[in-house]
Amino acid sequence: MADFLASVGDVFALVRQPLGVGLCIAGALLCLIGSVGVIRFPDFYTRLHAASITDTAGASVLLVGMAFVSPTGWVVLKLVFIWLFLFMTGPTSSHAVANAAYLAGLAPKTGRRGDLTDDEGGWS
Amino acid sequence: MNLLVVAVVALVVSLTLLLVRTLMGPTLYDRVLALNAFGTKTVLILALIGFLVGRPDFLDIAILYALINFVSTIAILKFFRYRSFQVGLSRKVRSGGEPGRGEG
Amino acid sequence: MSDPVAIEIAVFNVILLAMLFVVGAAVARLRSLFAIVMLTGAYSLLSAMWFVTLDAVDVAFTEAAVGAGVSTVLMLGAMLLTSRTAKADRRWARIGPLAVVLVTGSVLIYATTDMPAFGDPFSPANSYVGADYLVMTAADIDIPNIVTAVLSSYRGFDTLGETGVVFMAGIAVALLLGFGERSLSANRARGETAPVRTETKADKSDHHVVLRVVSRILIPVIGIYALYVHFHGELSAGGGFQAGVIISVAVVLYSLVFGIAAALDAVPVAFARGLAAFGVILYAGVGFYALTQGYNFLDYDAILSHGADAAGHHGDTNTHGQHIGIILIELGVLFAVAGSITTIYYAFAGRAPEIRDEDW
Repeated sequence: MADFLASVGDVFALVRQPLGVGLCIAGALLCLIGSVGVIRFPDFYTRLHAASITDTAGASVLLVGMAFVSPTGWVVLKLVFIWLFLFMTGPTSSHAVANAAYLAGLAPKTGRRGDLTDDEGGWS
Repeated sequence: MNLLVVAVVALVVSLTLLLVRTLMGPTLYDRVLALNAFGTKTVLILALIGFLVGRPDFLDIAILYALINFVSTIAILKFFRYRSFQVGLSRKVRSGGEPGRGEG
Repeated sequence: MSDPVAIEIAVFNVILLAMLFVVGAAVARLRSLFAIVMLTGAYSLLSAMWFVTLDAVDVAFTEAAVGAGVSTVLMLGAMLLTSRTAKADRRWARIGPLAVVLVTGSVLIYATTDMPAFGDPFSPANSYVGADYLVMTAADIDIPNIVTAVLSSYRGFDTLGETGVVFMAGIAVALLLGFGERSLSANRARGETAPVRTETKADKSDHHVVLRVVSRILIPVIGIYALYVHFHGELSAGGGFQAGVIISVAVVLYSLVFGIAAALDAVPVAFARGLAAFGVILYAGVGFYALTQGYNFLDYDAILSHGADAAGHHGDTNTHGQHIGIILIELGVLFAVAGSITTIYYAFAGRAPEIRDEDW
């Protein structure tokens, strides 16, 4: 049993750096995809969807990746705190923005995709 | 360690895109949305830079931003709707007469 | 730091500065004040990142705390008292300011050619007294964060002046906005703190329950984090200024979500003003205490010292006294900054709007 744990520890020490860096890059790419969505989507609510989902997911993946790469345990603890606070405040702010827009009467664009006029296309 | 730079570059590009949306957004809510995401990316970039240069102090700033980022979002939204800081967000909310339709 | 990383950091600096320039240009060109307020928030975020890449962590900390929480809210509060868009300038009226900016800018750029290179170990700032501080801190004060050592102990007098300036700002805003018939105290005396409007839409559901719940969880966490930043100022980035600002942000958040009446019940205006004054008194009090013990003003060796010998010579430096002195004055700074910024926020937020609803 102790041998098994020792070998798991060895494998982990070996794979820690590449896995951590890989996860960081994946998380950053998720955030990038979300930002591209914020630019390209036609309507406020769709942009909100893109931004909030990829923000939370990308941040989580990125923080997990950083936790793999971190040198000491205190750094991991701080990263856990960052994740916790981002996880709590991120969806709350998205909710607040959506709520405010909805209560103010901003209506989502409905209809078929072909109905969009030229100036309402993806880059509006 | 150098591959983390790829992550920083991707985050900086997304920061630029969000800045474009902040400048471009037809309604106020687009701008608020982009600004909020901007703040989250800032937190991540700060943490990553801390790892790159090997100083864990930067994580304190990241924690601070993660906590405080949404205060300005709440302030802008509340202000835009109620036009006052004095009203509480409670169950018996007296809604404003003609809240802004989102322009500006 | 290996060379590729230095190059990457330099490129990152350039990109950040370019974005700062774009945001600054947008702030100058846009006329909607809401958008401008939000862009200044973005400007502050970019500045904080830029300070971090320049390795000025304490400065970045303060910029983050002030820019993210307080200054956006204060500018919105100021917008409350005025109209929604900025007036357009006439074309010919722009020539004067443009000329001034061009001349000043070229003079500044010309001056930068004389500045030392970034990180130059032989620059004037890093020689003479700067180098002495780096060497003497370990023996004299024995704390790891040299910025705090310089700020609180070697240059404690300057920091007393800064604390006094922050206090004066709070007093000035309180004097300008805190009294008068439209101000907070008058509103409270009349029994109204919320502008009453007629309902046009029955709110059947509670739209803000998520915000209230999350704020209730987060506000104590922000307060605890402020204390962490304060007490860790000696060891890592942080200190009294940043902690004071963070505490004010907690109060501001509470007031935003639960209304200013609830915030005034929790943190009354008189308490905020008294706290600010008490902070300055505490700081200066430490200095005067040192005088009574026969040392110089704000010389922390006076605290828990062993007294002077017969010839009037004081003994070796007293790191224990230094620690206590630094803790006390950091507390003073914390109280002064927290009280002042809370006072400023209350002064802005309590002011009833001067514009009618139709003007919006």
